[in-house]
Amino acid sequence: MIRLIDVYKEYENGTKALKGITTRIDDGEFVFLVGASGSGKSTMIRLITGEVAPTHGRLMVNGYNLNSIRQKQIPFMRRTLGVIFQDFRLIEKKTAAENLIFAMQAVDAPPRDIRKRVPYVLDLVGLSGKEQCLPSQMSGGEQQRVAIARALVNNPRMIIADEPTGNLDPERSLEIMLLLERINALGTTILVVTHEKELVDRFSKRVIAIDKGQLINDETGGYYKNETV
Amino acid sequence: MKRFNGGYLITEGLTAIVSHGLMSFVAICIIVACLIIMGSFSLVAVNINYNLGLLEDKNEFLAYIDESLDDDVARGLQSDIEAVDNVRSVTFISRTEAKESYIADKEDSALYEDLPDTVFRNRFSVQVDDIEQMETTIDQVEQVSGIVKVSADLEVAQGFVVARNVLSGISLIMVVVLSIVSVFIVYNTIRLATFHRREEIAIMKMCGATNGFVCWPFVIEGLVIGLAGGLIAFALQWAIYELIGKAAESPAASFQFLSLVPFGTMAWSVLGVFCLAGFSIGVGGSLLSIRKFLNV
Ligand SMILES: Nc1ncnc2c1ncn2[C@@H]1O[C@H](COP(=O)(O)OP(=O)(O)OP(=O)(O)O)[C@@H](O)[C@H]1O
Ligand SMILES: [Mg+2]
Repeated sequence: MIRLIDVYKEYENGTKALKGITTRIDDGEFVFLVGASGSGKSTMIRLITGEVAPTHGRLMVNGYNLNSIRQKQIPFMRRTLGVIFQDFRLIEKKTAAENLIFAMQAVDAPPRDIRKRVPYVLDLVGLSGKEQCLPSQMSGGEQQRVAIARALVNNPRMIIADEPTGNLDPERSLEIMLLLERINALGTTILVVTHEKELVDRFSKRVIAIDKGQLINDETGGYYKNETV
Repeated sequence: MKRFNGGYLITEGLTAIVSHGLMSFVAICIIVACLIIMGSFSLVAVNINYNLGLLEDKNEFLAYIDESLDDDVARGLQSDIEAVDNVRSVTFISRTEAKESYIADKEDSALYEDLPDTVFRNRFSVQVDDIEQMETTIDQVEQVSGIVKVSADLEVAQGFVVARNVLSGISLIMVVVLSIVSVFIVYNTIRLATFHRREEIAIMKMCGATNGFVCWPFVIEGLVIGLAGGLIAFALQWAIYELIGKAAESPAASFQFLSLVPFGTMAWSVLGVFCLAGFSIGVGGSLLSIRKFLNV
């Protein structure tokens, strides 16, 4: 569960990226976060992952209070989150399976668990048979599936995806969204940042819209609203 | 926290060394060079100290007594001299004894048999504890009334003391300067390593790796570089020392009167110091370069 209460973020150079956001995302939800470029979507993600600290306001992530969290606890808070980016961020010299193994080793998972979990998750995202492929040998859609598998492999409570389909054609994008919907059905909370209107409108999900750092709409079963367009 | 998968961390550290082979190699070479320079200066200082120790076996001088004093009064001066600082022991040598030992040294002793005892003066043989303070001690003994003259061969001893003090000073400066240089080299090597792996580090952090887990491979990399430098420097230092020892023994050498401390007796200490230095340099340098990851 995520709670933001009156959250402000001002960057060192004075940019006010978020101006008083209050919202909450419950366990098991599937939420789209939409908004024009520069509206503060990625900033909100970075606040949730603990990459940046809020200038003002309260922030709770999966039971961790980020206002008072100790530096040492941040890695354990991050283990409750799986993060996906537009540019995949795979390790180019490691195969699909090795990228997942790397993520599990990073949290010091026992080798036994790694051997069991990696093939299972690769199969879940539809990549059986591609375990030994390097990212350069895979299509964009396949690479994003590896990234989703990596986000899932440590069994997080929530997946956060910042423009996961930004580099993919509409068909691949739909496949990725359907995959995320399936993962959500298995019990993982999903937060997807996107500005692909058609995609959002095809799903009847909760849509949070922000503009210029402020929340302008929040409707379940909503559609893409953007006052500025 | 549960146990770390040590095998993984060590493998990562070692693989990293191989994969930035050239930089690691350069770092090891520079550490070796620094350690050998420090080591050589220190070993020269050790040897000078050792030779000073040998000299201290001859740490005595003669104090001649005023001829006008009769023997009993002369003997009485002994306690005055014994009261001087740094004096270990005082032995009275009478005119007769002096003459006998003088003659014993000559080849054609018969020629000197007729010398009257009065040609020689009563004297004390004075032994000191600390050869470094011999000059002061001599001055003080000269001040004792009844003592007219003091003879000592100060120059060799003084030369050694000065040389040792200068060398100790230089060694200390070298140790400080070269330690900083070595730590800086390791710091840069590890910084390069973290730069090469910045994406992997970012991914590990994103996945929830702890700071310790992210940093261990780099610490191990630094540690191995430092220890490798220490061990290689030890082997080279030994070889250099033996070569110099051989050269010093050859008849052509002009400093044959010096004795070299055998390397074997110092091997463990040198090995210990080099390994400790390599360890500190390696771990210090890598900790410096990864400290920025500790709070991200
Ligand atoms: N590190 C930073 N330092 C200073 N300003 C920043 C930084 N990151 C983002 N900003 C600014 O904060 C505002 C919000 O940026 P943010 O990246 O959150 O937007 P976004 O909604 O994700 O946009 P996009 O859809 O283009 O990804 C922008 O004006 C941006 O220029
Ligand atoms: Mg963004």
